[in-house]
Amino acid sequence: MKDKLNKIVEDAISKIENSDNLSALNDIKVFYLGKKGELTSVLKSMKDVEASERPVIGQMVNNARNTIEEMLETRKKAFEKKVREEKLKAETIDVTLPGRKPHMGHKHPNSIALDDVERIFIGMGYEVVEGPEVEYDYYNFEALNIPANHPAKDEQDTFYINNDIVLRTQTSSVQVHVMEKKQLPIRMIAPGRVFRSDEVDATHSPSFNQIEGLVIDKNITFADLKGTLAEFAKRMFGETTKVRFRPHHFPFTEPSAEMDVSCFKCGGSGCRFCKGEGWIEILGCGMVHPRVLEMRDIDSEEYQGFAFGMGLERIALLKYEIDDMRLLYENDIRFLEQF
Amino acid sequence: MNTPLSWIKAYVPDLDCSADEYMDRMTLTGTKVEGYQKLDDGLDKIVVGKIIKIEKHPDADKLVVCQVQIDTEGTVIQIVTGAPNVYEGAIVPVVLDGGRVACDHSGNRIPGGTKIKKGKLRGVESFGMMCSIQELGSNTDMYPDACADGIYIFNDNKEYCNAELGSDVPELLGLRDVNFEYEITSNRVDCFSVIGIAREAAATFGKTFCPPKVTVTGNNEKASDYVNVEVIDKDLCPRYIARVVKNIRLAPSPEWLQRRLAACGIRPINNIVDITNYVMEEYAQPMHAFDLDTIAGRKIVVRRAKDGEIFTTLDGQDRVMDSDVLMICDADKPVGIAGIMGGENSKITDNVSTMLFEAACFDGTNIRLSGKRLGMRTDAQAKFEKGLDPENAMEAINRACQLIEELDAGDVVGGCVDVYSKKREPKIVKYDADRINRLLGTDIDEDTMVSYFEMADLKTDKEKKEVTVPTWRQDVELLADLAEEVARFYGYENIPSTLPTGEAMTGGLSYKLRVEQIASNTAEYLGFSEASTYSFESPKVFDKLLIGEKDKLRDTVVISNPLGEDYSIMRTSSLNGMLTSLSTNYNRRNKNVRLYEMANIYIPKQIPVTELPDERRQLTMGMYGACDFYDMKGAVEAVLHKCSLKTDIVFDSHSERPYLHPGRQADIIYKDTVIGYLGEVHPEVCDNYLIKEKTYVAVLDMEYIVGYSDFEAVKYEGIPKYPAVTRDISLVMDKNIQAGQIENVIKKYGGKLLEKCELFDVYEGDRLESGKKSLAYSIRFRHAEKTLEDKEVNEVMQKIIDRLAGLGAMLRK
Repeated sequence: MKDKLNKIVEDAISKIENSDNLSALNDIKVFYLGKKGELTSVLKSMKDVEASERPVIGQMVNNARNTIEEMLETRKKAFEKKVREEKLKAETIDVTLPGRKPHMGHKHPNSIALDDVERIFIGMGYEVVEGPEVEYDYYNFEALNIPANHPAKDEQDTFYINNDIVLRTQTSSVQVHVMEKKQLPIRMIAPGRVFRSDEVDATHSPSFNQIEGLVIDKNITFADLKGTLAEFAKRMFGETTKVRFRPHHFPFTEPSAEMDVSCFKCGGSGCRFCKGEGWIEILGCGMVHPRVLEMRDIDSEEYQGFAFGMGLERIALLKYEIDDMRLLYENDIRFLEQF
Repeated sequence: MNTPLSWIKAYVPDLDCSADEYMDRMTLTGTKVEGYQKLDDGLDKIVVGKIIKIEKHPDADKLVVCQVQIDTEGTVIQIVTGAPNVYEGAIVPVVLDGGRVACDHSGNRIPGGTKIKKGKLRGVESFGMMCSIQELGSNTDMYPDACADGIYIFNDNKEYCNAELGSDVPELLGLRDVNFEYEITSNRVDCFSVIGIAREAAATFGKTFCPPKVTVTGNNEKASDYVNVEVIDKDLCPRYIARVVKNIRLAPSPEWLQRRLAACGIRPINNIVDITNYVMEEYAQPMHAFDLDTIAGRKIVVRRAKDGEIFTTLDGQDRVMDSDVLMICDADKPVGIAGIMGGENSKITDNVSTMLFEAACFDGTNIRLSGKRLGMRTDAQAKFEKGLDPENAMEAINRACQLIEELDAGDVVGGCVDVYSKKREPKIVKYDADRINRLLGTDIDEDTMVSYFEMADLKTDKEKKEVTVPTWRQDVELLADLAEEVARFYGYENIPSTLPTGEAMTGGLSYKLRVEQIASNTAEYLGFSEASTYSFESPKVFDKLLIGEKDKLRDTVVISNPLGEDYSIMRTSSLNGMLTSLSTNYNRRNKNVRLYEMANIYIPKQIPVTELPDERRQLTMGMYGACDFYDMKGAVEAVLHKCSLKTDIVFDSHSERPYLHPGRQADIIYKDTVIGYLGEVHPEVCDNYLIKEKTYVAVLDMEYIVGYSDFEAVKYEGIPKYPAVTRDISLVMDKNIQAGQIENVIKKYGGKLLEKCELFDVYEGDRLESGKKSLAYSIRFRHAEKTLEDKEVNEVMQKIIDRLAGLGAMLRK
């Protein structure tokens, strides 16, 4: 009986090992463990065994069953694994085929540059405000210390609606509106469209965007102006950016300056991008002219401030190395989708 | 403005710096140097030589072999040349072996020049080259005596013909010089002159300023015996000075004067014209010369022109005057337009014998405006416009007369006629060192500040704490102006860099800007890229958009001086910009284009415009390609939803906008306000914009949307615990019944239990009667506090179905 059982187990193991698919394995299971299977028939022949040996034989049959079942299970798992592997292999795809992108729109390069500038100044506690694009001549000029018939009015090639109303030539006009509210101190930037009668070409447009800045408080100094704008330049153009302030003239600031930043392409050694100068002119600035403060009834002995203004397009053109301003207003999707 | 360094050095003799150093330091003290040109760039080893002997070249008809002496010891080198104008005895510039000339073989100046090496020309050795003026980096404007297309021969020039052989030619010709180009700001009128720049250079480098010593010249006659001056319109002419020169001897000016003018871009003409121009550069004082013999009554009258008066200027053009133009007249007639251009009738000719010299000061604004009206733009006008210092006029005219004597160009009559109605006095400005430090954020002591004032010729009284501002510094009026003087000489770079102290401020975007940002971002998620178009456009766009003659959109803010008709009105609709951009894309074969713009339209409050227009920010979306009306509608809904406008948005088909397809457009209504519109662009409009695909647009008025948006109203609603019951119904109805009508019924009678009603199918076709369509809805009910029973749902559904039947929508069998 024992030999017979061993033989059955041996045969079963050999068959299991030689089986090559799941259904063959199932047949083996039925053949040995099924109701009419080999082991069952052994059990059935137990009645011919001595009663004292039955437990021993019974144990042996159980062991044989367990061994076969284990073998079957192991073999089955191996088959399943192989089948899954084959399936997975068959499912291989070409990962270099293009991805299915949702069609996303793109921001205008001006807006990206503006977002950068706004983020930096908001971080320094500045409020972003707006003012009218069609503006009273008074706000655009006179209140900024540019009296009637001042040559600066001609220099800026103003578009007139009538004698009193113009298309603003500078976002500086927003300074006046903000000062008029008399909520001091002031820390603001004002982005927006401005207009000058320049013919369209690669570097000019009759409509473009500026960002004005104004800070007024009791102890604001020229040193603060320098520190603030140097910090802005670093955050905008990179940590290693150096700045240079040159004396300049604007009617509504005194002292006035223009700020250059070290060329972000060559770092200041001079290249074609900065026309060999190493510096790139980026903005105009200065201490708010006492007359401008006084016209708004702000005591220029008590309050001081600085103002600055920059061209948004200039920053966008420099940042993205765009060589023709006209591209910004054509709205060719192949241009816009690059940003 | 261009000025050679040699001219500056003439008045700042100790100035000693490289061109780069000069450029940097002048720029940092406020006289911006835009760039410079070294006149001797690319010139090396060029000496004065003399041709001793010329022989024919054995193998070339067009070449000759010259023996040229190149020093005083008698060294002779052989040079082969093809130049036609050489002769034995000619004194010439010679570039030696290994030297450099300024231009390439085609005569173009190249940086660093071209190297000249010894070599053989047709088998004959040549040890150098004789140079033309172009090879010396200059031209015949600067050196009128140079041969235009041959070797520069010095023999006929009395200044060069005796030059020592072997001496440096660039030095001899004054080419060891640098020409600087400046950008002068409009407040520094004084720096539009060589004197002004020299004064700044002296201050910048801490050197002594030595302006030309002007001596009053003239014989013992009196100018007032020759001419009489009457200024009628004194408001426009604060000062008029006349001097007289007789026995004019016209001749070319000396080389040094010609060259200084040429460096400033002025062509030398003759001694009298050149002196006028020279003094204009030197003192920024324009002067005019009249032939005194043409001046009727020997009298000058300065007065406003008569309206419509016709005057022939010295360029031969007839010009029509008006009563705001200031004229210089004689006893009978006008002889010049003040400050702008002289007259044909009094101009200096080759036969002039007695000359009237005018140095005047006119009202800058009047000159500027007159010039504009007359369409004229002269150098003199450009100077006068800036508002000149009347004190400067006397110095300048005396300088000119001094030069006339020095150059022997005529006999200067003694004295002058000076009508000076309003004398300009130096200003006194108080300073306060502490206040200046407080403005600059510096700690500069008073003595240092005073030294800066003195450097800028601002005479300082430390007792009274005040400075006397010379008349030429019209820009210094207040303490802040003195602070700038301190700052620029202290050096902007030396002022510390700090961050503002004081109350911390929060900053941020305004609510309006935040909502606009949300809308823009949503448009981008939806595949629209941001466009930017002009605020002004042509009035013709209304026709292109089929907008009726009487439509209010045609009431616009009009620019009185536009760049042209195409940019003459402020837009009242954002459509033209969008359609123009889509058209650009379409015509460049770009497929499936979606654009948006967030920008203003300008609605006048009244016509004619007397106050600022209503500027309304519009979100404009436009697209063509793989899309239809419902894509645009979905985009609109998504934008509104993100801006917190979620429910009760009505799309009203009665919009009747002429630029849109009559059956495919809707006004977007929220709380009874039309907050925008959308639709398919009318095919005729598409044709006008050359777009040959169906195009869809939507315009949302952000002013309304910002007003209605309310992010605070968003509150959490519990997630339902009890299951929902969903019923699908399919309805058949006449085509003209709108889905909106069906949905309104479902919403109204679905009551509180209704959770959602969603259209899932639209069918029109063979399986239905003609004129019918089918809409299928999935309707979901839910009770917040219990599981719904079929019975309850059935009751509601029955009500809905009955009401729909009343509308003519029947359950599809």
